[in-house]
Amino acid sequence: MIDLRRPLRWCFLHLERWLDAVFPAGWNPLHQLGALGFFYYWVVAVSGIYVYVLFDTGTTEAYESVEFMTVEQWYLGGVMRSLHRYASDGMVLMMVVHVLREFSLGRYRGPRWFTWFTGVPVLWLVMIAGISGYWLVWDQLAQYIALETADWLDWLGIFGEPIARNFNTASALDDRFFTLLIFIHIVVPLLLLLVLWIHLQRVSRPQINPKRGLAVGTLAMLLALSFWKPAVSQGPADLAAVPGELGLDWFYLGFYPLMERLSDAAVWGFAVALTLLLAALPWLPPMRKAEATANTAVVDLGNCNGCQRCADDCPYNAIAMVPRSDGMAFDLEARVDSDLCTSCGICMGACPTATPFRRRSELIPGIELPQASARALREDLEAATSGLDGESGVVVFGCAHGPKLERLDLPNVASVALPCIAALPPSYIDYALSRGFAAGVFLAGCHEGDCYHRFGVAWMEERLAGERDPALRRRVPRERIGQAWLAEDGLSDLASAIEDFQAGLAPQAASAGAEPVRKRLEEEEVGSHA
Amino acid sequence: MPRPLQFLGQGVVYLVIALLFGLFSDWPRFTFFPADQAQIMLSFAHGAQRKGECRKLTAEELDELAPNMRRPEICPRERLPVLVELTLDDQPLYRESLPPSGLSGDGPSQVHRRFVVAPGSHRITVRLRDSARSEGFDYERSETIALRERQNFVIDFRSDRGGFVFM
Repeated sequence: MIDLRRPLRWCFLHLERWLDAVFPAGWNPLHQLGALGFFYYWVVAVSGIYVYVLFDTGTTEAYESVEFMTVEQWYLGGVMRSLHRYASDGMVLMMVVHVLREFSLGRYRGPRWFTWFTGVPVLWLVMIAGISGYWLVWDQLAQYIALETADWLDWLGIFGEPIARNFNTASALDDRFFTLLIFIHIVVPLLLLLVLWIHLQRVSRPQINPKRGLAVGTLAMLLALSFWKPAVSQGPADLAAVPGELGLDWFYLGFYPLMERLSDAAVWGFAVALTLLLAALPWLPPMRKAEATANTAVVDLGNCNGCQRCADDCPYNAIAMVPRSDGMAFDLEARVDSDLCTSCGICMGACPTATPFRRRSELIPGIELPQASARALREDLEAATSGLDGESGVVVFGCAHGPKLERLDLPNVASVALPCIAALPPSYIDYALSRGFAAGVFLAGCHEGDCYHRFGVAWMEERLAGERDPALRRRVPRERIGQAWLAEDGLSDLASAIEDFQAGLAPQAASAGAEPVRKRLEEEEVGSHA
Repeated sequence: MPRPLQFLGQGVVYLVIALLFGLFSDWPRFTFFPADQAQIMLSFAHGAQRKGECRKLTAEELDELAPNMRRPEICPRERLPVLVELTLDDQPLYRESLPPSGLSGDGPSQVHRRFVVAPGSHRITVRLRDSARSEGFDYERSETIALRERQNFVIDFRSDRGGFVFM
């Protein structure tokens, strides 16, 4: 079966790279699609309140009041109406691109199912809100929407009398119908807000506001568009005549022509099938690897002091701090909800007991991944660096979602793979450098602002900067640490960054008189045996 | 990338998005209905007669009912289908037996159909049967109508107004 995600991911990666070049760090719109969607929602809400003040419900009053704000008060009412329309279009665009991007990156499986699943009704609610808005204008486009929507709904056969009969003649249409419509147009967006709130319930620290500069730019763009091409009506509705040629808003009404070409049953079938497919996607093949579920984080109470750092850092709210159950003199202990755990290992990176310097007691931290344990990480580091020389040997710690480390082929460079870069406790950097395993440590993670595990890059940067516990010790020479946050197609950029970093290491090593790799460890082990 | 080029690039991004919104909010235009045609819409909801006759309850049957449930007559719920026929210039355009709506078949029969026809003068005839008769119709109306281009000519049925209503 063709994996649709691959070509989509390729497109997104290339677009992302270009957007990275033109937007400041952290502004890439592709990394803020949800936040931009929220921003468009607020623009729609604020402009909608103003439009509502001027709007009048009634078969003739609706059109006249919209014309008043568009023509007589173009400088404010007209601009507000245009903002209302274009920001609504923006919501649809952000929503669709957001869905496609999350799909292409596989961010809909496992514990992410809830966020994906609760996003599906958002699609319907946005469409209902938008279509009911177009209906309210009661111009010829609204008449077309009324005729087609009523026919479509009547197919269900659940209404006592066909809704479409309300639009047979002008005398059949009641002013109260517009009251009902405006009720729908207000209630549905409020319901949408509620569903969006539910949508974010399992997302810790959700980003619902875009970067200020991006918000300002977007608003300026909408304003400029509103002046350049104001939203206008398409002639008053006339039920004695059939609407002819129309300008459709394809963002909302793109599927309406299908209603004419296909039967109502077929369009219902398509809509329901697409909804069910989207909703069921987290459980459809290709399935998540079985080992991932078996590798959820485990707590070792003997080493857990209830410090809460793992719970603070978990991007999925999978760790809760609960009252102590083993009688030790701490108030709390960490408890992992395996249904929410994605095996990212960030908790292990946050655990202060996950330190490779421990030699006298067995290296079992308070929390870790069984199949990517702290002890295994130390062994991997020691094994990987066995062939490096002390002058310029570099060990690269890389995450599984950035450039593929196994394809990195550089002389005197070793690599250690992690589920996420923040799964690396900072003490391992100290360990690698102070024990002479490598002359430099290079950290490679996901693209900045778009970490697969949401906060891996951010947490690691804060730990390096000493702003987040467990922080990297001050004694560790920062000039011996390099980093690059790149998307999965950034292998060549990663190789260049490592080579540059490595080239800068040799003179430092010479001046610092670095000891040969592993010498210190060998001496220490001899000492400890003695 | 130099800062001026970055600003230029951002401007291009905003311009492309603005063009997307501006363009696809009303283009390409869509022709819902051809300008040189007219439309006849047959639309009504009408309940046919009941399938069976109403009958008076016997004294024994009345005694079995609670006092507040006693009615002099009992009628079967299910209605007959409505047969409707529409002809244009004596040519058949539509003929259908419309079943009653509702789970028990006791609701009105409904139709809401649109027919695209050439504008101009036409003899429109519409007939309806809502009884148990096997031949002929209970209601009929026939008129010559001059249809304009894009006119929406509605045929409704209102039993309280004596039958078919042309609008």
